[in-house]
Amino acid sequence: MEISNHKKLWIGIAILIILSPIGLILPELLKAGGAWGEWGADKIGKIAGYVPHGLKKLSELWKAPIPDYAFSGWDKGGKSYAGYIFSGIIGAALVIGISMLIGKFFARKNGNS
Amino acid sequence: MHIPDGYLGPITYGSLWAAVIPIWIYASKKIKEILKASQVPRLALSAAFSFVIMMFNVPLPGGTTGHATGATLIAILIGPWPAVIALSIALIVQAIIFGDGGITAIGANCFNIAFAGMITGYGIYKLISSEKFKVQSSKFKNSDTETRRSSLSTRHLIGAGIGAYVGINLGAFLTAVELGIQPLLHSGTDGRPLYSPFPLSITIPAIMLEHIFLFGIIEAVVTVFVLLYIKKSHPELIGG
Repeated sequence: MEISNHKKLWIGIAILIILSPIGLILPELLKAGGAWGEWGADKIGKIAGYVPHGLKKLSELWKAPIPDYAFSGWDKGGKSYAGYIFSGIIGAALVIGISMLIGKFFARKNGNS
Repeated sequence: MHIPDGYLGPITYGSLWAAVIPIWIYASKKIKEILKASQVPRLALSAAFSFVIMMFNVPLPGGTTGHATGATLIAILIGPWPAVIALSIALIVQAIIFGDGGITAIGANCFNIAFAGMITGYGIYKLISSEKFKVQSSKFKNSDTETRRSSLSTRHLIGAGIGAYVGINLGAFLTAVELGIQPLLHSGTDGRPLYSPFPLSITIPAIMLEHIFLFGIIEAVVTVFVLLYIKKSHPELIGG
């Protein structure tokens, strides 16, 4: 099977997910905030001195189920790292599932297997 | 580089949705032509890699964070049109499930990262490694492992690194321009900006300096490192 042919690469993805809290820990250690221009409406208010109306309205359009790869109540230390890993597992599983479905849909139409 | 909801007004996010939908349709058509069922796991692996690598936030000490996208790398590994789809899937899941990038801005973020940055990076890679263009372009058809095995030269690695660097910087530049034009496009009755309030003179230096000096280099290093790893562990996946 193709999946076993790519076994090392799948393992690589799993290792990256386990290591992903590095992406939380390093910015904490070096006192770096989020990405530039990806602030919430409150932070924009602090930076710009006011919250633009349109921005506030649109920013309330969608409530992501797992905002910022964090689970509520799991926001500190080890729990936040576990939440980040868990988010990585959920996200990667969704991305893999959707890619497989779309890929198989198109590949089947192609008639190649 | 993941623009949230609210930063772009309807003119900009609408235009970028209108730009990205035909790109998705064209990419889907190309995939129908070239993708074999046995290559579907590669599409999934690529999308998963992009999703996961974007979780590795790299800090600018005392400042902001950024991350690699893997866009050029994925285009090199599976071809640019499958890459559009793989990267878009990762970006859409990030937006819907994790609020990383806005829903209204999915068009913008996919255009910037999954298309414009990716295709630029891939184009530069092709240009620099062009002497083997024939072998390279046979990616999904050529089953001759021998030619594939020999096709990742130093020149390819340099091309991949430079392509990745320029590609992510182009995506960042588009992001900065899209944000920076908001005050010109939309203002409320009080004359203040309705959406992202920062002018081009702030957005371009803020976003470009960090990408030119740090995140672009990270993208290039990740690209070259992964290509070297795959060359060792799965040589049959490269160069085709």
